[in-house]
Amino acid sequence: MDIFSISPQVLLGQLLLGLINGSLYAVLSLGLAIIFGLLNIVNFTHGAQYMLGAVLAWAGLNYLGMNYWLALIFAPLMVGAIGIIIERTMLRRLANVDHLYGLLLTFGLALIIEGLLVRMLGVTGQPYAGPPELKGGMNLGFMFLPYYRAWVVVASLAACLGAWLLIERTKIGAYLRASTENPNLLKAFGINVPLLVTLAYGFGAALAGFAGVLAAPLFQVSPLMGSNLIIVVFAVVVIGGMGSILGSIVTGLSMGLIEGLTKVVYPEASSTVVFVVMAIVLLVRPAGLFGKAA
Amino acid sequence: MQPELYASPDEDLRITDLHAFYGESHILHGIDISLCRGELVTLLGRNGAGRTTTLRAIMGLVSRRTGSIMVKGQETIAMPTHRIAHLGIGYCPEERGIYSSLSVEENLLLPPKVASGGLTVEQLYEMFPNLAERRNSRGTQLSGGEQQMLAMARILRTGADLLLLDEITEGLAPVIVERLGEVLTRLKGMGYTIVLVEQNFHFAAPLADRHYVVEHGHVVETVLKEELKAKTDLLNSYLSV
Ligand SMILES: Nc1ncnc2c1ncn2[C@@H]1O[C@H](COP(=O)(O)OP(=O)(O)OP(=O)(O)O)[C@@H](O)[C@H]1O
Ligand SMILES: [Mg+2]
Repeated sequence: MDIFSISPQVLLGQLLLGLINGSLYAVLSLGLAIIFGLLNIVNFTHGAQYMLGAVLAWAGLNYLGMNYWLALIFAPLMVGAIGIIIERTMLRRLANVDHLYGLLLTFGLALIIEGLLVRMLGVTGQPYAGPPELKGGMNLGFMFLPYYRAWVVVASLAACLGAWLLIERTKIGAYLRASTENPNLLKAFGINVPLLVTLAYGFGAALAGFAGVLAAPLFQVSPLMGSNLIIVVFAVVVIGGMGSILGSIVTGLSMGLIEGLTKVVYPEASSTVVFVVMAIVLLVRPAGLFGKAA
Repeated sequence: MQPELYASPDEDLRITDLHAFYGESHILHGIDISLCRGELVTLLGRNGAGRTTTLRAIMGLVSRRTGSIMVKGQETIAMPTHRIAHLGIGYCPEERGIYSSLSVEENLLLPPKVASGGLTVEQLYEMFPNLAERRNSRGTQLSGGEQQMLAMARILRTGADLLLLDEITEGLAPVIVERLGEVLTRLKGMGYTIVLVEQNFHFAAPLADRHYVVEHGHVVETVLKEELKAKTDLLNSYLSV
């Protein structure tokens, strides 16, 4: 396990793979952070919403002939719309009780959504062909980079940047930030905060759906594809600090890179390294790297 | 003093038999207050009397309220908070409520317009020059006095002409209190209707048309401007700790 004997090719290759995973983590944990900020709920349905994005893209292609690019728009919109219905009909009712109930509800919903889809589609993964426009790749010297993987990184980072600009630089973003901090005063200024909360949940869910469509050609599409990934994403959110937008983006990317690095240095630990980091961060800085101490 | 005395078409606020609750705690026990367009009244009282709760109840920020709150002729007792604000109310809370995740200018621009009119940002920076210098700072990096000015400026931009101001002089240096007094005088001259919750009676006395003394969630005394001299001892007995 001599670090210096590792070839730079292998190292760079794994780091790049890590970056791809990391960019998906970033999009997913960003959505979780937005939802947590406004609803104070850890959205356990997030993994199912990610999976739903991928399944909708797959179903759209197979049953409606909907191509990838259309799926990239419509699947997140659908997942967002379903999220809005969930917020309006269920989460809304839990706004005034302990946040634990919201966690339990979203956890139950995830199990129901996954269970239903397992009944309909079975558990075997289905391949989803990516867009023909992004077939092939280029040789970077140290590795062969499929164009589609490069696109996943670019699209994820663009989504993160877009969401960050929306939140930090626009009026609606100022409402979102203010609502995270003191929703009652915002109501007293005349803002329909419940509507804002609904939209934020829909937006967070749509981001998960977007990540799902991006992931569909990378992994097999299956009803359970979200349940493994989401555990890592929760760890990312804890490391970054609950509710921190920038924190979740930066942490998502870095955890992907750290996983990649671990694959090179000590492959056996690559699937647990994020949880080790989480444990250390919790001990040293319980509010997370970017979180404000409560 | 019967509230009917003030019944008139240009009545901005009429509160009748207002009861308010936080969870199970019954805090207000039948408050009656009314204000005509352009009037400034104070709510005086000891700590815990229910003055903040009265303002919060007007905004619908208590768990439950009963009775009647007419704002410019409209019943608001069953309205959601954000709709009440759009009747033209500006609320400046006791804790000031400056958002730390927003810059000074973002705080200033945060509340949406609730009516036409309202001061422009330029007019506000002229009224509160400190804010102009600090416009890019985080809201909570301001001093207490600056935060108070920001909390006031924020609601003057929106076109609201009925202002609910909770302890705006609390904990501030005398020069800043004086400055806020000038601002209130100016606002009164511009025709704003103002409910002022105050501990500082010397600040409030020269500004107000009328004083309501609140105790244990009741209005126990109403003192008109003209009666101030005659009722000074009475007021002191209500307000002394
Ligand atoms: N969130 C709350 N839950 C329960 N009781 C409350 C709450 N807020 C205030 N109270 C109680 O309501 C009563 C009235 O409080 P309120 O804040 O209206 O007083 P106040 O007249 O504004 O006094 P102060 O000078 O302390 O600001 C107090 O007895 C207080 O303990
Ligand atoms: Mg008070």
